[in-house]
Amino acid sequence: MLSITNLQATVADKPILKGLSLSINAGEVHAIMGPNGAGKSTLGYTLAGRPGYEVTGGSVVFDGQDLLALDPHERAAAGLFLGFQYPVEIPGVSNLQFLRESLNAQRKIRGEDPLSGADFLKIARAQADAMGMEMDMLKRPVNVGFSGGEKKRNEMVQMGILNPKLALLDETDSGLDIDALRVVGEGINRIMRKADKAVLLITHYQRLLDYVQPDFVHVLAEGKIVRSGGPDLALELEREGYRELAA
Amino acid sequence: MTDTPIKDAAAHAAAAKVADYEHGWSADIEQEFAPKGLNEDTVRFISAKKNEPEWMLDWRLKAFRLWQTLEAPDWAKLNVPPIDYQDAYYYAAPKAKKKLESLDEVDPEILKVYEKLGIPIEEQKVLAGVEGARKVAVDAVFDSVSVATTFRDELKKAGVIFLSISEAIREYPDLVKKWLGKVVPVRDNYFAALNCAVFSDGTFVYIPEGVRCPMELSTYFRINAENTGQFERTLIVADKGSYVSYLEGCTAPMRDENQLHAAVVELVALDDAEIKYSTVQNWYPGDAEGRGGIYNFVTKRALCQGARSKVSWTQVETGSAITWKYPSCVLNGDDSVGEFYSVAVTNNFQQADTGTKMIHNGKRTRSTIVSKGISAGHSNGTYRGLVRVAPQAEGVRNFTQCDSLLLGNQCGAHTVPYIEVKNPSAQIEHEATTSKISDDQLFYAMQRGLGQEEAVALIVNGFAKEVLQQLPMEFAVEAQKLLGISLEGSVG
Ligand SMILES: Nc1ncnc2c1ncn2[C@@H]1O[C@H](COP(=O)(O)OP(=O)(O)O)[C@@H](O)[C@H]1O
Ligand SMILES: [Mg+2]
Repeated sequence: MLSITNLQATVADKPILKGLSLSINAGEVHAIMGPNGAGKSTLGYTLAGRPGYEVTGGSVVFDGQDLLALDPHERAAAGLFLGFQYPVEIPGVSNLQFLRESLNAQRKIRGEDPLSGADFLKIARAQADAMGMEMDMLKRPVNVGFSGGEKKRNEMVQMGILNPKLALLDETDSGLDIDALRVVGEGINRIMRKADKAVLLITHYQRLLDYVQPDFVHVLAEGKIVRSGGPDLALELEREGYRELAA
Repeated sequence: MTDTPIKDAAAHAAAAKVADYEHGWSADIEQEFAPKGLNEDTVRFISAKKNEPEWMLDWRLKAFRLWQTLEAPDWAKLNVPPIDYQDAYYYAAPKAKKKLESLDEVDPEILKVYEKLGIPIEEQKVLAGVEGARKVAVDAVFDSVSVATTFRDELKKAGVIFLSISEAIREYPDLVKKWLGKVVPVRDNYFAALNCAVFSDGTFVYIPEGVRCPMELSTYFRINAENTGQFERTLIVADKGSYVSYLEGCTAPMRDENQLHAAVVELVALDDAEIKYSTVQNWYPGDAEGRGGIYNFVTKRALCQGARSKVSWTQVETGSAITWKYPSCVLNGDDSVGEFYSVAVTNNFQQADTGTKMIHNGKRTRSTIVSKGISAGHSNGTYRGLVRVAPQAEGVRNFTQCDSLLLGNQCGAHTVPYIEVKNPSAQIEHEATTSKISDDQLFYAMQRGLGQEEAVALIVNGFAKEVLQQLPMEFAVEAQKLLGISLEGSVG
């Protein structure tokens, strides 16, 4: 589904990703772990096409397409979802309006008819219920006045509504209490644990992986994957820290 | 009462000469022009064209003589190129074929133009006679002359008078005489005086005591003739305990020529009356290099004369090369309420100096001002607002919120509040913010699937929401689209 080859990227002329390669197949869950400043968020932003994150080398193929040739919204329409480490507030725009416009914009790019208000609401309600979020929250402006945990939960509701093929989830577990962590973990499994979907979890901690079992675990340090392994690698990392393993 | 039209051979010759002007975007409708230039004969020509009574001509002539002694205001933060008042036409009318009963009978060319402008679906439904469609009465002002009025009968049943101002001058001279120029005096300012002298047409509304107007009243203004200044005149009188919501929308086609627009709108609210006046202004703003565009010098004022009366101005200003406009409320009646909700967008080289005046003369009068300025490109937007509390006005309250949003770093946003309080019991609150549209917000929205311009439109609409939600439904939808369209190409 996703094939990253020797990806190099700079931010403000500073090289951050320095030849990163990674392959993800449909049906798989991968976890990327690594120390602060390793370039994990940069990887997510670069794949999603954030302006300012400049690709200076390498290639990324997503579902047979040259991902790097697409604009950010085209990547979204192609099925790429980025769960933000710091979800953004948009005053005056309700979550429902935001998501309906987003979903219909994606559908338009894919050549599908727009969803009616009623059909959209049905989907939105189901996803909110599944994440234990009140509909009233969805009527409020995007992330405005939401707690850290609520923002992360909201990312999952958005993921459920947009129903992507590949989810890059950037520290979706940080700032969650233990109950919220379970809800979010179950949400990821429910929405994304499917034969035709894949997940890349960016996390610091084993605890999310207790709920979402990864098939592969990678260690990212200084802009490269320095080690890959099975689920056990995450436990090892938790015990030993990154320094030993990356060495 | 009726004067005979002046037969001015020179005028007709001039009109014939300009009749073969390049059409460009203009709909193909024959025009009848007053000769170019401005003098007492122009004023007489217009008055005669409209079959006005003597008193009206006298009023115009007095205004014209006064105007000649006035100077154009220069205190606004605007860079206004010199305007040659002698190099413009002051009257253009579609050739009257016959009196029309409804919009269906309007020249299809005109309707086509309206369609291009995206007149709200609801309105089209009403025009097509769809059952259950929300009623909106349209008094179409096309190039200065009211060519059709709909729903007149239903309004008549309610006792509501909704006419072109020329008709009102002939049919309800006493009502017009009583209020015309009483809210905005002839000598109020340069542009108002000019309007008094040469106003071509406009709208008159009277809502009788205790009547809630059964539908929203709507007028579409549209400039269609090259070099034709637009001098609309609107007078709305809401008698005791009445209510009316009035929608004014305007757009103009592609033009390379600067056009002057100097409208006057006067509102009068008596005891317990309420007027809601909504505007979407989308005159041609000029091109991306700042060529062309409408000069929009408007005087809008409401007299909250009665106790507990209320006037609410809502405006969405996206058009015009230059906007000079301060819809205001004179709160004379005790416990009267004034509101001003404004979104002003400037892009490219547009300039807008707009705001409001809330004049608190009555006791316990209250006012709310919410201004949202959005600047992009090389444009400049200024909020200019006055809150004045008279010595006798006990217990006044005002709340002002002024927010500016910048797109890019070559535009400007300015806030100029004037507060004059002569009564210590007044509670005045003023809040102001300036922010930039953030890359985080744009990318977040784009990651969810929105194109860059859709993302900008969404964020800007969110910023302007408090104002947009004051608009009647069908207008709000149109206005939202307009904000997006106005800012196309402003980011990235
Ligand atoms: N906008 C930016 N400008 C300059 N440097 C940046 C920017 N964003 C990230 N960086 C730098 O890139 C490196 C990787 O950051 P990031 O991808 O956020 O790491 P991680 O998510 O792994 O903690 C860090 O050294 C950080 O300082
Ligand atoms: Mg990070």
